[in-house]
Amino acid sequence: MQDLTFTHEVAERATGNTKLAITGVVASGNLEVLVERALPEKQCVVKIRTTVRGFDPVWKAVVDGFVERFPTGGLRFSINDGGARPDTVSLRLSQALRLMEKTEQ
Amino acid sequence: MSVSTNTAPQATGARQVSWYEASARTRVSQLLDESSFKEFLGPQEREMSPNLKSFDLPEQFDDGMIVGRGLIKRMPVFVAAQEGRFMGGAFGEVHGAKLTGLLRASRDIGSIPVLILFDTGGVRLQEANAGELAIAEIMRAVIEARIAGVSVIGLIGGRAGCYGGGGLIAGCCSALAVSEQGRISVSGPEVIETNRGVEEFDSKDRALVWRTMGGKHRRLIGGTDAFVDDTIEDFRETALSLLADTRPFTLQTLHEEQARLEWRIQQFGTSADAIDIWRSMGVDDAAAIPEMTYAQFTAAAQKIRRPNHAAR
Repeated sequence: MQDLTFTHEVAERATGNTKLAITGVVASGNLEVLVERALPEKQCVVKIRTTVRGFDPVWKAVVDGFVERFPTGGLRFSINDGGARPDTVSLRLSQALRLMEKTEQ
Repeated sequence: MSVSTNTAPQATGARQVSWYEASARTRVSQLLDESSFKEFLGPQEREMSPNLKSFDLPEQFDDGMIVGRGLIKRMPVFVAAQEGRFMGGAFGEVHGAKLTGLLRASRDIGSIPVLILFDTGGVRLQEANAGELAIAEIMRAVIEARIAGVSVIGLIGGRAGCYGGGGLIAGCCSALAVSEQGRISVSGPEVIETNRGVEEFDSKDRALVWRTMGGKHRRLIGGTDAFVDDTIEDFRETALSLLADTRPFTLQTLHEEQARLEWRIQQFGTSADAIDIWRSMGVDDAAAIPEMTYAQFTAAAQKIRRPNHAAR
């Protein structure tokens, strides 16, 4: 297993007010993403535990791209990865963010 | 706190999705009344297996077991759901303890039934002893809940089936509902083949696996109380009708269950194949059973003399 943490200072707070969301399952080629609205508004943290070692630059590229494309301020993403491909990781991150964008009464 | 999860909104037809294909979280949220589910020890608590680390294996935030309470047509229920895609839905220390705790709460409260959404290959091998102990604790907790007057209903239709200790726990439930895709057994196909040889059971023969362990066979021989279509809606309706029809659990129930199982082995114990059993039960076209649609099968199953399902 390998642990990775990426911390970004971001310009925009993530929209919506959902506190907590989860998507995906830990299985071969799949991953789960847990999101919590738990950080200062200008910060985004992505914490990863992965079964596959040595892909740090790929993870960095996927997370950089994600944080660049979407407003993610205030969110902490925690990932348990079962060896997903980069496109699956991007998909799950976007799904998780979409869930947080809901506005709960 | 409720966890947001990606499930289609419960508008028209949302509950028509396949139970088999759905994740455990989708099953729970669509089985229950909209937004009524409140999870205990949710993923944000990170109550994960203490044992997987030493095997360098990935963990899941809910350890593959989702427990909580909710409403089904406004009736309060406790719910436990296994995620069959995480380690085959297998029972480990934390995974099992979450179900044990839920069942003990239902026993203490005495008036809220429990729905168990099985999807499991049995005990998680990496947590062997803890997993086996969990199975024993859960079986005891099911029985104690039932003695206290609580119905414990098993719903089976996931891709991992209901195997190993999961099959034993299912055998302790007040009632079971199974879909065609659901399989119930203790030893799985590969286990039987490994131990007894390919002549005894060819695990590669999928048709054999399904007609020996699948939902249709379980329905015909009285191994399950209800046969359901593979939609969340049908599981929901069936769970409701099973909840409405529960009998007290006494020593007399156990005697009757023993007699029922003895009768079954006397009747069918020498049959070499499930098709022989169906034929001897009076199914007109026994060989056609595996190919039948849900509607055709339900009609055929209703025609035959129903084996005694009553005891449990």
